[in-house]
Amino acid sequence: MTRADSNTSTDYVDLAIIGSGPAGMAAAIDAAELGLRVAVIDEQPLPGGQIYRQVSQPALQDRSVLGPDYYYGESLVKQFSTAAIERIGNASVWEASANHLCLTRDGRSHQLHFKTLLLATGAQERPVPFPGWTTPGVMTCGAAQIMLKSSGLAPAEPVVIAGSGPLLLLVACQLLRAGIRIEALLETTPAANYRDALKALAGAVSGWRYLLKGARLMAELKRGGVNRRSGITNLRALADNQGKLDRISYHHRGREHQLACRTLLVHQGVVPNVQLSRALGIDHHWDELQQCWRPGIDRWGASSTANIFMAGDGGGIGGALVAELQGRIAALAIAAQRKQLSDSERDARAAPLQRELERQLAIRPFLDRLYRPAPAFLRPADETLVCRCEEVTAGEIRRIAREGCAGPNQAKAFSRAGMGPCQGRLCGLTVSQLMAEAREVPVSEVGYYRIRSPIKPITLGELAAMAAPTNPVKAARKSAQKG
Amino acid sequence: MASDSAFKRLPANPAAVVNIWVEGQPITARAGESVAAAVLAAGLGPTRTTPVSAAPRAPYCMMGVCFECLMEIDGQPNSQGCMTQVSEGMQVRFQQGAREPLENAS
Amino acid sequence: MSAALTPGHSDVDATVVGGGLVGLAIALGLQDQGRRVVIVDEGDIALRASRGNFGLVWVQGKGDTCADYARLTRLSARQWRAFADDLTDATGIDIQLSQIGGLYICLSDDELQQRQQMLASMRLEHNDDYPFELLDHTALKAKVPAIGPTVAGATWGPEDGHVNPLLLLRAMVERFLQRQGQLLTCGPVTRIEPITGGFRVHAGKQWNESTKVVLAAGLGNKTLAPQVGLSAPLQPNRGQVLIAERVRHFLDYPTGHVRQTGEGTIQCGDSKEDVGFDCGTTTDVLATIAARAVRMFPLLEQVRLVRSWGALRVMTPDGYPIYQQSEQYPGAYLVTCHSGVTLAAAHAGPIAAWIDSGQHPDDFALETFHGQRFSV
Ligand SMILES: Cc1cc2nc3c(=O)[nH]c(=O)nc-3n(C[C@H](O)[C@H](O)[C@H](O)COP(=O)(O)OP(=O)(O)OC[C@H]3O[C@@H](n4cnc5c(N)ncnc54)[C@H](O)[C@@H]3O)c2cc1C
Ligand code: FES
Repeated sequence: MTRADSNTSTDYVDLAIIGSGPAGMAAAIDAAELGLRVAVIDEQPLPGGQIYRQVSQPALQDRSVLGPDYYYGESLVKQFSTAAIERIGNASVWEASANHLCLTRDGRSHQLHFKTLLLATGAQERPVPFPGWTTPGVMTCGAAQIMLKSSGLAPAEPVVIAGSGPLLLLVACQLLRAGIRIEALLETTPAANYRDALKALAGAVSGWRYLLKGARLMAELKRGGVNRRSGITNLRALADNQGKLDRISYHHRGREHQLACRTLLVHQGVVPNVQLSRALGIDHHWDELQQCWRPGIDRWGASSTANIFMAGDGGGIGGALVAELQGRIAALAIAAQRKQLSDSERDARAAPLQRELERQLAIRPFLDRLYRPAPAFLRPADETLVCRCEEVTAGEIRRIAREGCAGPNQAKAFSRAGMGPCQGRLCGLTVSQLMAEAREVPVSEVGYYRIRSPIKPITLGELAAMAAPTNPVKAARKSAQKG
Repeated sequence: MASDSAFKRLPANPAAVVNIWVEGQPITARAGESVAAAVLAAGLGPTRTTPVSAAPRAPYCMMGVCFECLMEIDGQPNSQGCMTQVSEGMQVRFQQGAREPLENAS
Repeated sequence: MSAALTPGHSDVDATVVGGGLVGLAIALGLQDQGRRVVIVDEGDIALRASRGNFGLVWVQGKGDTCADYARLTRLSARQWRAFADDLTDATGIDIQLSQIGGLYICLSDDELQQRQQMLASMRLEHNDDYPFELLDHTALKAKVPAIGPTVAGATWGPEDGHVNPLLLLRAMVERFLQRQGQLLTCGPVTRIEPITGGFRVHAGKQWNESTKVVLAAGLGNKTLAPQVGLSAPLQPNRGQVLIAERVRHFLDYPTGHVRQTGEGTIQCGDSKEDVGFDCGTTTDVLATIAARAVRMFPLLEQVRLVRSWGALRVMTPDGYPIYQQSEQYPGAYLVTCHSGVTLAAAHAGPIAAWIDSGQHPDDFALETFHGQRFSV
């Protein structure tokens, strides 16, 4: 049932789902089964989301490289691909309201109308500003993993991996298994985090599977002879005369070290992708523990707007299994709202899912405390570029804030930070944090950029093609009279 | 454009070969992969310079977030290389500074 | 911040309510007269119309039904260069003022003809002192080679110009702070209380006293004005704006609908020449704006959109400003208009001078802009 005709100008479904990661796929499968007409839109060509990217056509021959957590997605993708769902791949949603969305596909835009919208747009990696992070050759751990999954490509050696978070260890192991030599694994996790995390160990015990997984990864790195160093500070990427990465420097135990490398993979955890939820005007609050914004949703995934739901990492970081459960729970709530299911039946079906969800989430407080990024990455030193697109430094943002700039939107107007093509995705968190620091107020008080459509790039021509053909002249005539 | 920075192709499941042109140079790519991946596999880059200070840049996130992978793909400037799949005969150019507005204009 | 709002603190000459372009311009003008000024503004989300407007210093066609408005506009345009130079000298910020003329592009012959008739009758009214030129397609193409083949022509106004609105706002804020102005972002102002010898301006639990108060709060004036015996019959008028990515320079002149900024980004706007930005957008209107822009400049077809904004213009029933002192509470002033960029130089000049000393400008009749005209 994949839509063949991409020329449809308007269309209508009961439930539109944006994102076909575990959350979106699971929700779609269950909602379709409950009798809803469902369309799922994703900008990737194949379903799977970030975690199960291209799992239906994996590039790598050796299945041990990515491991069972990746191939677990095969069955979900298969179910999704055979269910009665309208799957719209290669399509980016650039605007959404409470009753319609606009998507672009093959250079053409269409509107899709719906009764209910589920955002399952997942996470992005947390921006990791440090001196030199714009140097060609510096990439994210997620980027390396994406290339493994979709192309079977491994980064140019020598490789250094630096940062903090579960994905850091995982990517290191995956590259190791692929036969890539890792010069060093530099962990920036502050020592105080370990003590802090211990306080949340009680919860972590019920999430023992995750702990075990972490321990296994560390053992694997040790066996592989990876030079692993913790307590790293002052990370810096240095370029050769062509501007490409050739060295990094860092401090370890009070001394500066340098390492030659071609690729530096960085990571500081993932944060919800809030572009669409913000553009839709959903309330967001600052999560101090995860150091990111979270949209306000209830335990069914319902937002403050009655017919807009969220599931998966986009609503708060929980991981792939949590995303799948949340997708299924949201599907039940949506079906009940659309009277396909009684409330009592919804509750009965949701109960075991909610119990399992709780079990899966038990580890989060521990992980969030342990992998809270070092302050230097949240509020970098003055010289560091924060806005990569418009090339605005942390120092500039601090200066503006000290001059009495009220918040990120005014900072944007004054410095152009957040005005480039990435629309603040890579500087928004940092700018809010820097302003909060400079003004000595909580981040929640400082707020975030206003996000507006188009949240994905479209051309003027593409937008123009959505206009009624006679409109421009008429409108222009009217305006000529007014002056 | 030294290719000591080329990403390494690991043993992969069979897929069709796609020929594309990057800065006038023929390279082979794997069907289904992104332009950014193909360019990195060929060891080419930096893939653009910024409109603000002409600083060199290359793909960073590979998932459509950072817009560092902007290239001119089949005459269309500022295309996201990591979100565009390769296709046979595709012409890819690196961008220096701000894009030209005039490409493809009618 | 709250220091200035300590109770009983009253060595302030004027409180300006609203820290947008209008409020800032008045505040700078009062500072020029040696006054101590406090601006009370809302927080981060509030500074709307001023933050990302079109940046036009626009003359042609302004005041077609009100000769004094045309005079005010042209006076401001003439004073703009000195105003800009002063800002740049003091702050080092180049606000990119260019006043080399502007184009009002007309798609159809019909439209062009109407436009010409309008400007011709203005010329008549201003005793021939109203410069403009009619450009047919060929003449327009010679001036702007990127113009589309189906465009009928344009009217050319040699007094039109544009400025970088973001740098302007920033320079104005810096200039204001340099001269010990206090910018309080603790608003919105909730109440204005006339007291002996002045006014007490309340923002939530905080308050501030001064001899004069100037209402320059855009739409916010509507509720504040009656508290000091004034009336601001304002309506929001929605318009929308598209911002497209940086491209190499192709457009030197501002036009009523499309403008290229110094950075190279493209702004496409609604049919009105000056728009301030606020909330939502609708797909249909945006599509219409895009279609018109692409017809004017076909090379924009492949250019990508970066942002869109919904604009709320602050409009009086006749579209012209209100400049008025309260009769009931002298010392309270209402300043409201929808062309805050174009009129900034006039606001910092003659309008601020009038607020300070009561002296009326010579170039136009200030009474024309009294709010009385709406109370029949
Ligand atoms: C780079 C990266 C690598 C990761 N690697 C691992 C890992 O190895 N192991 C692990 O356990 N977890 C990993 N995670 C976390 C894991 O991906 C998530 O926990 C899980 O994928 C969440 O599922 P989801 O359905 O919420 O979102 P996702 O799987 O992220 O799915 C969201 C989907 O929405 C689409 N989308 C977003 N916006 C739009 C739009 N506007 N229009 C159209 N489509 C849109 C995206 O293309 C994507 O396919 C990683 C996260 C990232 C960001
Ligand atoms: S590499 Fe980040 S958007 Fe393409």
